[in-house]
Amino acid sequence: MIRNREKFLSKITTALERPFLPGMKPEKKWQHHPEEQRLSKMSIDELLPAFIEQCSKIHTDVVTVDKANLTLALHNLVVKYGGESVALWQDERLTALGISKLCEDTWPTNNIQVHIWDPTLDRTTNFERTNASNIGIAFAEYALAESGTVVLQSAAGQGKAIGLLPNAFIAIVNKSTLKPRITQAVAEIHQIVEAGELLPASIDFVSGPSNSADIEMDLVVGVHGPIYVTYIVVTDE
Amino acid sequence: MAIKFNEQSFKVNVNDNLDKDFMRGAVAAAQNRLHGGRLTAVEELGNWDEWRNHGEEIRQHVLDNLDYYLYELSENVEKAGGHVFFAETAEEANDYIQQVVKSKNATRVLKSKSMVTEEISLNEALEKIGCTVLETDLGEYILQLDDHDKPSHIVAPSVHKNRHQIKDVFVKKLNYPADGSSDAADLARFVRTILRDDYMKAEIGITGCNFAVADSGSICLVTNEGNAGLVSTIPETQIVVMGMERIVPTLKEMEVLVNMLTRSAVGQKLTSYVNVITGPKRPTDVDGPEAFHLVILDNGRSDILAGEFKSVLQCIRCAACVNVCPVYRHIGGHSYNSIYSGPIGAVLTPLLAGYDDFKELPYASSLCGACTDACPVKIPLHELLLKHRQIIVEQEGRAPLSEGLMMKGFSVGASNSKLFNIGTKVAATVMKPLSKDQMISKGIGPLKDWTDIRDFPIVEREKLRDWFDKRQKKGANSND
Repeated sequence: MIRNREKFLSKITTALERPFLPGMKPEKKWQHHPEEQRLSKMSIDELLPAFIEQCSKIHTDVVTVDKANLTLALHNLVVKYGGESVALWQDERLTALGISKLCEDTWPTNNIQVHIWDPTLDRTTNFERTNASNIGIAFAEYALAESGTVVLQSAAGQGKAIGLLPNAFIAIVNKSTLKPRITQAVAEIHQIVEAGELLPASIDFVSGPSNSADIEMDLVVGVHGPIYVTYIVVTDE
Repeated sequence: MAIKFNEQSFKVNVNDNLDKDFMRGAVAAAQNRLHGGRLTAVEELGNWDEWRNHGEEIRQHVLDNLDYYLYELSENVEKAGGHVFFAETAEEANDYIQQVVKSKNATRVLKSKSMVTEEISLNEALEKIGCTVLETDLGEYILQLDDHDKPSHIVAPSVHKNRHQIKDVFVKKLNYPADGSSDAADLARFVRTILRDDYMKAEIGITGCNFAVADSGSICLVTNEGNAGLVSTIPETQIVVMGMERIVPTLKEMEVLVNMLTRSAVGQKLTSYVNVITGPKRPTDVDGPEAFHLVILDNGRSDILAGEFKSVLQCIRCAACVNVCPVYRHIGGHSYNSIYSGPIGAVLTPLLAGYDDFKELPYASSLCGACTDACPVKIPLHELLLKHRQIIVEQEGRAPLSEGLMMKGFSVGASNSKLFNIGTKVAATVMKPLSKDQMISKGIGPLKDWTDIRDFPIVEREKLRDWFDKRQKKGANSND
């Protein structure tokens, strides 16, 4: 529902001293486009070291691994973070990477509890399970070299809470989706809007662990969200 | 908290703050760090002027077509399943938000940092109807715990407090162990544990809006702590409050301005979290809000849009101007007596809250222009400060007292050649005991009001008239 729009907008139209034409899309005549040139000439193989270097500046580890060795790398990482419990997305892309074996066999055998985000259960149950988990695991749409960012989109099996509530967060991302910067990822996402479709309810650009410098400008890593973050880049996908 | 903190005059507030040594040191250190970070982040781009030009043209285009873009935004928020309420005043906004909260029978409200909700005193409005309102930004949380202390910086609100003071607040209010550490990491981690429970129980999440995106109906939130992510994920109802000018045409312009905001504010390429939220959760999603309300606020902005201060609405609230301002460095954020401090506060506060209480703010500037140079969207801040002064003197006829006295003295002295001659000769001698490094930091008499907030250059021993005469005699080749 939209309320009070007409009166509100008429004040603005009056301030702008011209009639209001809601059907006339204003023409954007940008004289400048600095964002399009930035890092745009780099190949993916050049972008990967740049991505890793930027991540090292934002307290974020990067593991590069091929598809065949992904589950081993992921398990090692879970053990490194202290095991205990993992919460992960219900996501076909994770299944395709062979995660099921970890969930059904490796982790239970090692006394690591597994909570897969479950759209058939209510939000409270999903939140409680995720909040009780030590490690969250999700799959990212894009990685962005300049800012050391992964892009997460919400969906039925893709709870935002997984990337926010556990102590450690692991994002898995395909090397082929590595972009120079946010410009290229947004250009692709913008096409959804251009096509007249609705965006996912939530698109999160995540660059490392949560942090704050609110106490004496002293950087503290790990405030409300995760304290530790690792990205796993799948090199042959 | 409304825009204004207290009923004291500007002079009294400045005097109160000049004695606070820790605060002044902390403000200077914060300025150095944020300003240094900004310079590095901006230089790295190599063509910052090009970015600033683009930032400016985007913001100007949006303001010139604000009715169109707000119409488009509201249509698209509704399409995504959200509600939109256009509020002309703070009261209308608060009434609507109270209604939403009451309709949910909710009392537990969680907020992520938002200047615009401070501007309309939303917390007080919600507390009035029995809600517990919790600020989640670490700095804001500390201020709220400490009996609603005031923010002193737009981006780093608790910068005036040291870790020991913060620990004491935690000991008093949160049963933090009295012999516990006052290390920033330990204090922050303690808050993480305490607030987690509040997040899980929250019924309403309230956020501001860094940018709304007209063609997708999205709102964008920029944080480092992850609190905006949690506030927009866990509660079943989300209410977003935005100043009506905080809008961009598409995600493409949003991306450009987010980059400029994070680099200018904290020297980061992007903050840890940039959340783009489009309406309530989809029917099959589990988390995210069931109900999404966007409140678009005017509260005086359409008057600004119609007038000669229009360009101040280009502001993206990065506080780069605050971090370069020598006056802010000297007097600290609280002296402005406004939630908006520094140069942007000195321009914006009198526009939103009137000259009656804030006529001194435009004088809290040395007009050095550092603010204008730092602004990523090229707001001519120091020119707007001058414009304020012009209006205060010409239309309102009420310049601050000391400036009036000084100007009166100048007009008497300057209009009489003998007096002028004597005056300019004597001035250098009179000022000598007050000066250090060719500047006066502690003036007396009418000059005191000036130097409480900025330095005054000492009068040169050689008078301009004498220098000019000498130069004429030496001939045109002199480089003297």
